[in-house]
Amino acid sequence: MTTASGTLRRSPGRARASRRRWGTSLALGTVLVAVNLLLALAAPLLTSYSPITPDGLAAVEGPSPAHWLGTDSLGRDVLTRVLYGGRYALAVSLSAAAVAIVLGTVLGCLAAYRRGWFDEVLMRLLDAVLSVPAILALLVVVTALGSGGPVIVLAATVIYAPAVIRVVRAAAFSVVSLDYVTAARARGEGFWAILRREVLPNILDVVLVEFAMRCSWIVLLVSSLSFLGFGADPPTPDWGLMVSENRTLLTVTPLSTVAPIVALATLIVGLNLAADGIAKARGIDRIVGGSR
Amino acid sequence: MLASVIARRAAFALLTIWLASLLVFVALQALPGNLATQLLGRDATPEAVAQLEQQLHLDRPAWQRYLDWLGGAVTGDFGTSLVSQQPILSAAGLALRNTGLLALVVVVVGVTLSLVLGVVAGLTRDRWPDLGISGVSLIGMSVPEFTVSTVLVLVFAIRLQWFPAVVTDGSDATVGTLLEAIWLPAASLVVVMAAYIVRMMRTSMIDVMASDYVSMARIRGLTSVRVVLRHALPNALLPTLNVIAINVAWLVGGVVVVESIFNYPGIGTLMLQSVRNRDVPMLQFIAVLGALTFVVCNLLADLAAISLNPRLRTPGRAG
Repeated sequence: MTTASGTLRRSPGRARASRRRWGTSLALGTVLVAVNLLLALAAPLLTSYSPITPDGLAAVEGPSPAHWLGTDSLGRDVLTRVLYGGRYALAVSLSAAAVAIVLGTVLGCLAAYRRGWFDEVLMRLLDAVLSVPAILALLVVVTALGSGGPVIVLAATVIYAPAVIRVVRAAAFSVVSLDYVTAARARGEGFWAILRREVLPNILDVVLVEFAMRCSWIVLLVSSLSFLGFGADPPTPDWGLMVSENRTLLTVTPLSTVAPIVALATLIVGLNLAADGIAKARGIDRIVGGSR
Repeated sequence: MLASVIARRAAFALLTIWLASLLVFVALQALPGNLATQLLGRDATPEAVAQLEQQLHLDRPAWQRYLDWLGGAVTGDFGTSLVSQQPILSAAGLALRNTGLLALVVVVVGVTLSLVLGVVAGLTRDRWPDLGISGVSLIGMSVPEFTVSTVLVLVFAIRLQWFPAVVTDGSDATVGTLLEAIWLPAASLVVVMAAYIVRMMRTSMIDVMASDYVSMARIRGLTSVRVVLRHALPNALLPTLNVIAINVAWLVGGVVVVESIFNYPGIGTLMLQSVRNRDVPMLQFIAVLGALTFVVCNLLADLAAISLNPRLRTPGRAG
């Protein structure tokens, strides 16, 4: 009925036209994501403070040699919390995006391969899922099942898999009608063999772009959830949570609010640039809707 | 022919809304805790709980309650709010009006602004106006609403003191009072929403400007303004319409964070309260409202596309 909230379409001409710029996007994006990943992993090596233990004597301090970005209202080092905060955001969003992508790719290919009633029923169901506001769905799931990491991964999967299914289905449609797939079918190969050997290699670029894009949306959604108080529980170091905790001190220690914002923005800009780079390199249009 | 296309779309739209209401109903059944116990408090007598369960029809099977709800919803009766004990429509009425006002400002400003910026970026591809606009829109889609709002509050409410940082009135605030405080929440939403539309408009403008009919119009010696407005713009708008529709529909959920930051008394604030208070009928209503908005926006975009592009008037091709 309607265009998917995010659809990818190939246009061979565009790839040639913008090849000049994709390399920069991809490189810059990959570096930004890699830096975020490394800083989060190496957090215990980079700082000697605890991200959780309060220090009443050092509360609400500005930047100093001891605390480069100052401290929050409980005296915890802001830099330390920002470094550790990447762990939660990255772990949740990478795993949620991975699950959504695997599920979406399999179902999307299956719909393109089977067509008929299976495809029709699945598409109508996805229309319905996509029409419910994502944040409301997430709030209900978290209230029902608690706000642990696995629950958020599950909820984000349910919310983002439908869009992935549609995109992958559209990409797979053009592949399954090609001669080599018909030949594979004629040889009597099953769905999984065809998926792995014929279809997947040809839509891998689309799947990769989807992965980077969904990652960035999940980071956005999960941090918004934490900000609203429905995600990570205090005292977990989480960027969204930090912004909501430190906002009241915006005039006193602005850095404690700005630092997690900058961290969030670099990670998401990085993911978006990487998605852009891959898409441009492979001549895929990214048509993006704000279906967060 | 055209009528059958529209009828088909409308039927699918109804099907989608119905399926969405069913999915949400099932999901809401999973909310923890016995509703009756929750409303009456922990030390309620079993008799009182049983009586309330009967009153709320909680003793009946779920499918029967869904059918009851559906029957009511069709006639505009969405049940009773568990918190205010008022019919849903009157309990949500003011919040709806307030969010409607916010959405109106956001859509009018946001869509106009992003279309103009998208066209400018597309026409000046890879030169500085485009690099500036594309850069800002990449950042716009890369930061969560709460960060945009926080920065806006820091600059315009705290440093410059041009606008209030929060709305102090409840949901019965007059339109005049709301209009004074509406600008920062509206600006936060415009930044996030415009980013996507700008990017789409830029891409399709580039595509269209490279097409044969635009070259043809230029060769015929038409002025640049006429080529852009009459030949390029309508065609570049086509693929952008769906992105606009999705982003307008996104507002129903997107307002949650922004309304909570500015204490804006709209449907987003109501949604958060209802989640906290387990107000299941209210959540069901808001979810269906979201689905309705999504479907209607997409339907309108499809119809607008059909009116802009005669090729879409044959069924089958448009799917």
